[in-house]
Amino acid sequence: MATLSDPPRESFQLSMLLNDTRYRSYTFQFIALFILIAAMAYLGWNLVQNLAAAGLNISYQFLGEPAGYDINQRLIEYTSQSTHWRASVVGVLNTLLVAIVGCFFATVIGVIVGVLRLSNNWIVRQLMSVYVEIFRNVPVLIWILIVMAVFVSVLPQPRDFRGDDPAASMFLDLFAFTGRGFYLPGPQFSAGFAANGVGWLIIIGLLIASFFSARALSNWATKTQEATGDRPVTWYYTLAIWFVPLILACIVMGLNWDIPALKGFNFQGGIFARNSLIALTLALAIYTAAFIAENVRAGILAISKGQTEAAASLGLRPGRTMSLVILPQALRVIIPPLISQYLNLTKNSSLAIAVGYMDLTGTLGGITLNQTGRAIESVLLLMLFYLTISLSISFIMNIYNNSVKLKER
Amino acid sequence: MAMDQSNVAFVRTEMLPEQAPPASEQGIIKWVRVNLFDGWLNSILTLLALYFIYKILAGFLPWATGGVWNTSSLAECREVLQDTAGGCFSVLTERWNQLLFGFKYPVDQYWRLILAVPLLAVALMPIMFVNHMVQAGRVVAGAMVIIAVLSLIGGAMGLAAIFIITAVAVGYLSMRAQSDAAGARSMMLIFTMLYPFLAFWLIWGGTIFNSIVALAGFGVGYIAFSRMQERGFTIGALSAVVAAIVTWFIGGFISDALAGVLALEPVPSRDLGGYVLNFILGVVCVSLSLPIGIALALGRQSDMPIIKFICVIFIEFVRGVPLITLLFVANVVLAYFLPPGTNFDLILRVIIMITLFSSAYIAEVIRGGLAALPRGQYEAGDSLGLDYAQSMRLVILPQALKISIPGIVNVAVGLFKDTTLVSVISMFDLVGMIRGPIGSSTEWNGVYWELWIFAVFVFFVVCYGISQYSQWLERQLATGHR
Amino acid sequence: MKKTVILGALTVAGLAAGAAAAATLDDVKARGKLNCGVTTGVPGFAEPDANGVWQGFDVAVCRAVAAAVLGDSTAVEFVPTTGKTRFTALASGEIDMLARNTTWTFSRDVDLKFEFTGVNYYDGQGFMVPAALGVSSAKELDGATVCIQTGTTTELNLADFFRSNGISYEPVPIETGSEAVQLFLAGSCDVYTTDASALAAQRANFPSPGDYVVLPEIVSKEPLGPLVRHGDNEWGDIVRWTLNALITAEELGVTSDNIGELSAGSSNPEVNRLLGSEGTLGEMLGLDAEWAKRAIMAGGNYGEVFATNIGVDTNIGLARGLNAQWTDGGLIYSPPFR
Repeated sequence: MATLSDPPRESFQLSMLLNDTRYRSYTFQFIALFILIAAMAYLGWNLVQNLAAAGLNISYQFLGEPAGYDINQRLIEYTSQSTHWRASVVGVLNTLLVAIVGCFFATVIGVIVGVLRLSNNWIVRQLMSVYVEIFRNVPVLIWILIVMAVFVSVLPQPRDFRGDDPAASMFLDLFAFTGRGFYLPGPQFSAGFAANGVGWLIIIGLLIASFFSARALSNWATKTQEATGDRPVTWYYTLAIWFVPLILACIVMGLNWDIPALKGFNFQGGIFARNSLIALTLALAIYTAAFIAENVRAGILAISKGQTEAAASLGLRPGRTMSLVILPQALRVIIPPLISQYLNLTKNSSLAIAVGYMDLTGTLGGITLNQTGRAIESVLLLMLFYLTISLSISFIMNIYNNSVKLKER
Repeated sequence: MAMDQSNVAFVRTEMLPEQAPPASEQGIIKWVRVNLFDGWLNSILTLLALYFIYKILAGFLPWATGGVWNTSSLAECREVLQDTAGGCFSVLTERWNQLLFGFKYPVDQYWRLILAVPLLAVALMPIMFVNHMVQAGRVVAGAMVIIAVLSLIGGAMGLAAIFIITAVAVGYLSMRAQSDAAGARSMMLIFTMLYPFLAFWLIWGGTIFNSIVALAGFGVGYIAFSRMQERGFTIGALSAVVAAIVTWFIGGFISDALAGVLALEPVPSRDLGGYVLNFILGVVCVSLSLPIGIALALGRQSDMPIIKFICVIFIEFVRGVPLITLLFVANVVLAYFLPPGTNFDLILRVIIMITLFSSAYIAEVIRGGLAALPRGQYEAGDSLGLDYAQSMRLVILPQALKISIPGIVNVAVGLFKDTTLVSVISMFDLVGMIRGPIGSSTEWNGVYWELWIFAVFVFFVVCYGISQYSQWLERQLATGHR
Repeated sequence: MKKTVILGALTVAGLAAGAAAAATLDDVKARGKLNCGVTTGVPGFAEPDANGVWQGFDVAVCRAVAAAVLGDSTAVEFVPTTGKTRFTALASGEIDMLARNTTWTFSRDVDLKFEFTGVNYYDGQGFMVPAALGVSSAKELDGATVCIQTGTTTELNLADFFRSNGISYEPVPIETGSEAVQLFLAGSCDVYTTDASALAAQRANFPSPGDYVVLPEIVSKEPLGPLVRHGDNEWGDIVRWTLNALITAEELGVTSDNIGELSAGSSNPEVNRLLGSEGTLGEMLGLDAEWAKRAIMAGGNYGEVFATNIGVDTNIGLARGLNAQWTDGGLIYSPPFR
């Protein structure tokens, strides 16, 4: 039944598709969809044409063929007879290695610099501003290449360690800092049962156990404090929980140090941190740290002075003020931009190719692409990988953001 | 009486003169104590910092001041230096042109690139310094006079002339701006609009009719838009596009026919290189990505699900992959998606990919600006009876863009830095020149610091300058809200 | 309705373009320029000189083809390509031919669908080490750090060589040859490996070439030659026979000096056929009779091109070796012109 306020019913006219807001959005969406499909079809058609003209096809079979090239840094077993797929996996792991180590150092440096920028020491403050401004305003590629240039031109090469009167010598006879990378003493276990990484598994297991024991201890201390008002002194128990099992295990498994020594062309033994890895990680870390420092500074400045004063008036000591009042609030401001800096660092790690570090861009997007000529397939796979990392990090960040969002009532 | 008086307690009737504060509480000593040696931790930090600065300066100053500027090879330079700690800056003087312009741009045509830069400054003035045209004009004119004098000293007459002429023009405009700010500004805005076409002609050469036809296309498009606008924004925009395309199509024949008229020597874009290439890529890509970014941001905010979906997918995809993979696409993949037989050169493909890349980031910044506007602004637009295009153009975007400017500038700085990535795909920008032709040349193999510090310096100057400008602008804009 | 019209138009346009792409010769003639892919710079083989004019052994092949097809040896647009971009550039039609010391291998010929039109340089992969290391054979390189330029067959040969000899090494892959040389000179690698010709060329530019030795082992066959796309056999024939014309000219003693008088007619019928005064070879290729004459005049015969760009009298200083004519005990051999 029509009421008086109903608008007069009009029959549908074609012009309403353009002029009537009720229908116009459908028109627009249809046009957009149409243009998109047409563009896709056009590009796809070109692709088919080009591939047909060149007699090629899209196929991922090459991933199963032997790669044929060697990779100097590999976290998993890999030889030149392994497949291209395995070479890509080696690249993925190398990317993740740089990303994780780089993020760690970037955070450490960034937090220190961010706090020091707020220090009441004038000269330190100025120094930190200079650091932040210089590193933020110069391309990261230049920093990567500069750190690599330091390795190539400043540090001594293994040949300088050779001869009767060498131009360079090992630091403390334990560390060799060369242009090819750092050679450090590496721990190893002499006991038979600890061979093949079992020793390391035991150590990691012990550390995890220690972590939970220490947490249990601290929980107990908190409970006692709540019950009695006094917090039992526990720091020496904590120390013991962390170190006694570790030291015992090391003694039992016969820990000794594999000290690098010059043999043949290179130093042998110990841990070798390759120059490309260090250059890339260090450059990414100091570059990203400059941005993180700004985030940290902004986060701390965002907490009003009243919060500190309120905490003080409750009788909290400065340390507890920091950990219970300031940090939880500042972190809410700091963490989202921090995560996006991590994301940037991971994406920037694809510049590894400039220093010959074999990350995914170097293996799949580099040598594999060159050798097989499968450009479309390789680049597509490369993008998918980075997209997966980015989207997973964004996903985690969204969950975090929702969990710390101010619960306003 | 006298006794009485002496019994009265002493009462001072005037204030004692102020005493100087103790030496440790005033002047430089207090400043030093409070700022540098406040507690043992601070003292240690101060000493460490001083030591660090000393080490840096002790290493850097002799190297910088004792440098050699006029040798023709590293070996010669090392001979001159004789083991003293100095830099071989002669690599900069000897390869100056290559660092700035690459190694393939015709030497006798450098003036075209040099001319494009001061004109860019002039073109940007009315946009960047809306309310400070007079001061900005003075600074720009002054800077150009200084450069002109320097190039006169260096013997580059043509260069000096270019800068003097620009300085006079800018000086005149800024004088006019004093009395008639709006008039001067609109004059310069006309120049700003002409600049892209002028710069295209200067950099790539060919007949000027290419630029004129391109400009005419935009002009005809604008006229068509303003004629048809009353029939709705969509129809106006569509007819503008059609009119522009028709003009370009017809104009193509004209400029082909007049290929030799007013022609500069054509330079293929693969001959561009050096710092100029970074500059061109940065400026072109940022300018092109702004409109795309705005469209993407509006699309993402829109309530039409399909359009929103397309925009979200595009933005998230581009933001999720490193620029280098997009450059790989430009380099090795894009050719497969073009019609068989066509191809356009690498620099154009790279410009397309970098533009897409930065437009996704700019879209996110502008989306932030749109989201920051109070809901009431949107409703105000609606209640005035404005349609979508009008309310966006007249109410929403002016405010949203204003909020977004600092973010956009940040994206621009980041993009300018990222233009160095093209060196990875064998283009010879500044970094590419240093890594390739200069660093590996027989004469200069083994020079690192001089070249890299030069690269750091030139990028720092531009990027720091822009970010300082952005902060200044933020302060300028912030006052409007109080 | 509208949609089908547009799609139809696109289809027609695509088909027309596809058909056009097949006839490279027509494209080149219509364009008036040959698009030739070269390296970004290997001394002696392809490098722009101080005036930006491309010079070199591979460049000469491009110029000869341009002279044969267009009659102008300068009508070449040189497109610098990297190891990564060269095949895409050729496959996508950005370049008409690739003369970028590219090794003729099975997979490139068959799987990547290219057609090698001959070999203009027989090369092999070698090793260079500082003389101070005291190494005299590549088999003594156990544990050495090796600089390689990526994107070539080099890294595959290297892996095979070390694996078959059961010794280990540490590869340092570098994008550009120049950076690899920088690392090698700074001592970041013990060994630099690439094609023996490039080793010689680069060593010539070292500050003190005498401090570096090239080891005797040649660990691979690297027949380098120009290549074109599969499927356009007419165009492939032109490039192949232009190269063969240069080689035959040397064999028959036709040089850029005496070509003028020989083209008027000579007693040797093969010379006459080559230079177009007898027979219709040019016509069969779809060119005119004097195509080979122009190709030879562009830079001289094979021997002259070799001598001016990389021969013993240049600072690259390569001996003919394998690249001598078959009559002199080398491998350079052209099928007969008849």
